[in-house]
Amino acid sequence: MAGQTPNPAPTRLKQRHLLGIADLSAEEILLVLDTAAAMQEIAQRPIKKVPALRGRTVVNLFFEPSTRTRTSFEVAEKRLSADTLNVAIATSSVVKGETLIDTALNLEAMSPDFIVLRHSASGACHLLSRVCRSRIINAGDGMHEHPTQALLDAFTIRQHKGRIEGLKVAIIGDLLHSRVLRSNVLLLTKLGAEVWVCGPPTLVPPGIERLGVHVTAKVDEAVEGADVIMMLRIQLERMQGAFFPSLREYFQVFGMTEERVRRARPDAIIMHPGPMNRGVEIASEVADGPYSVILEQVTNGVAVRMAVLYLLAGGVEHEAAA
Amino acid sequence: MKRLLKGGRLVDPAAGVDGEFDLLIDGDRVARVGRNLPVEDGVQVVEVPRGFVVVPGLIDMHVHLREPGQEHKETVATGTRSAVAGGFTAVACMPNTTPVNDNASITELILRRAAEADLARVYPIGAVSRGSNGELLADIGELHRAGCVAISDDGKPVATALLMRRALEYASMFDMPVIDHCEDPSLKGDGVAHEGYYASALGLRGLPAAAETVMVQRDVTLAGLTGGHFHLAHMSTAGALRAIRDGKAQGFAVTCEVAPHHFVLTDAQLESPIQYDTNCKMNPPLRSQEHVDAMIEGIADGSVDVIATDHAPHHADEKKQEFDRAPFGIVGLETCVPLVLDRLVHRGHISLARAVELLSVNPARILRRSGGTLKEGSVADITVLAPDVEVTIRAEALFSKSKNTPFDGWTLRGAAAATIVGGRTVHVNPAVSGAEKLA
Repeated sequence: MAGQTPNPAPTRLKQRHLLGIADLSAEEILLVLDTAAAMQEIAQRPIKKVPALRGRTVVNLFFEPSTRTRTSFEVAEKRLSADTLNVAIATSSVVKGETLIDTALNLEAMSPDFIVLRHSASGACHLLSRVCRSRIINAGDGMHEHPTQALLDAFTIRQHKGRIEGLKVAIIGDLLHSRVLRSNVLLLTKLGAEVWVCGPPTLVPPGIERLGVHVTAKVDEAVEGADVIMMLRIQLERMQGAFFPSLREYFQVFGMTEERVRRARPDAIIMHPGPMNRGVEIASEVADGPYSVILEQVTNGVAVRMAVLYLLAGGVEHEAAA
Repeated sequence: MKRLLKGGRLVDPAAGVDGEFDLLIDGDRVARVGRNLPVEDGVQVVEVPRGFVVVPGLIDMHVHLREPGQEHKETVATGTRSAVAGGFTAVACMPNTTPVNDNASITELILRRAAEADLARVYPIGAVSRGSNGELLADIGELHRAGCVAISDDGKPVATALLMRRALEYASMFDMPVIDHCEDPSLKGDGVAHEGYYASALGLRGLPAAAETVMVQRDVTLAGLTGGHFHLAHMSTAGALRAIRDGKAQGFAVTCEVAPHHFVLTDAQLESPIQYDTNCKMNPPLRSQEHVDAMIEGIADGSVDVIATDHAPHHADEKKQEFDRAPFGIVGLETCVPLVLDRLVHRGHISLARAVELLSVNPARILRRSGGTLKEGSVADITVLAPDVEVTIRAEALFSKSKNTPFDGWTLRGAAAATIVGGRTVHVNPAVSGAEKLA
């Protein structure tokens, strides 16, 4: 799929918004990754700023706590010279207050160009995209998608492996509640990777195999010969839902140890979207080991988000000219 | 006053009638049914247009009229207006109002409002438990005396097996069914969509089919134990259908209903045409294809007794939210007849006579009401159908106060042309040409 490109390479994204990987073609994903490579170069300069988004306003609207994603977006926006506005709203206090749509429309009355939205409800970005003029970038919606995370993961994989197609990627952990999983599965299968997902059967989304992945509860089978091992965070409160008995047992059955890593290819890389629970889903020796690219993922996040903003803004110019 | 409905096909399965018959209405009663009845002096003659079908008044035994307490969604007046517009001459309304219909004063209020509106007949359903809290029984005898026709804690399941047992036993002395919304609360959790591929792909928390099935199995077993009448509300799963068939095979008093959206739509609707469309959020949720196929099979083979809409009006503001936060439910009174005719009758799954059984004969029997037939002497509650007229559903044109329907813009073949309650025409459908003759 990725190898044969009958259409000329696109130079912009078709959609106005980035709601999910589901809406992107393989060619568009590659366009984002190639653009991110160019953006990466900016971070090496003494003055890490270009005027691409000068005069544009970006609202970072976060209804869930986030350090990594929010700061990564903010750095990306600033490096592109955009004016940024951070709005953090504690979800617990909005139950009786303003609706999501009203909050967004009020912010929009100040004429931003982009709204970067993080929200606990799946589909929140789709809802806003139907009522807002601004371009919506999904920074994580419920258990649905986290498209910029999947793009930065793909960028990191490509940096190390030179390709995505044909790689064996094992994704291990809480599959059910993970938006990182869904975006990564969509992206990696579109680019022709062989994707294995692994977790306790209590945490496997029913029907997930229809997305073209291999499903197993055996870590060794998932890791065997893998080029990439991607660990997902285990939320500590999941024990309450009887998804698994204890963190201790979880680590015994699913934790990524050096011994398990040895089943993968010798040049395998270990990834984690953060925040990590050391000693739960991943042993410290693995997280800090030579094959770990966890901090590179964070670095690459900035370039990938710059690329997304830049490409979507290109669409703005295009429409203004038309 | 006497009116003679002349010509047209008359379908009255309870009387074994299906053919060209005239029908004479005298006051609020059916006076005569026969071929080429003579036109006596002083009789108003109504020529029934060719292609129209006269059937006993349709009864929707599962609606939410929202009054008292949630009048911004619907009132008894707007809900019964919607009912007659949809071809229903009677509705049974669920007790999950605010406050809950668990005592005679609420029942009386509903009946008074219905008399003021003077459109469709309203049969209130009382609560099983006080406040529908699942603990103490409501004053079921008082509810019965005030006019309730059944008991239910709808919106919630009857909380425990013991309470269900007691309710079945106690209600049997009033010859009332216990209607249960079957859903195991622990399996349901905080789910919002049918557990399966689409919920997984969209990141929506799942409502497993098994949550319904396990409680239907419980209730069928208890119907057997007690001899009481268990009626399953809004059945949606193949497993529940198997349990109902099993109960019927054993001779238990079990009956069930299916809502139109559960034989028309699947959970694929969550993904397209509108992703996360909150008008596709209802409970039970839209299920996967195998469950939809099972519902159609059960309707066709006689296992299903009733089609009922679960008419659940919600204000636009409530639905225009994140999928997680929007309330469950859709309006159904004005879309039911077109969906049944188009999707079940015209597609050859059932005959028109069977549709009348599902929409009139059986609900009357289950609720122990008159109606369900047009035999001489019976009450003149009549629906005139135009099975071959195409109609397009327009949400904004619905008579219901709420417009939350996933069928907006659908063109369907078949409609209710006119609705006659107690001999009086209370609605003619302006979208059906010729219907005005029935005014």
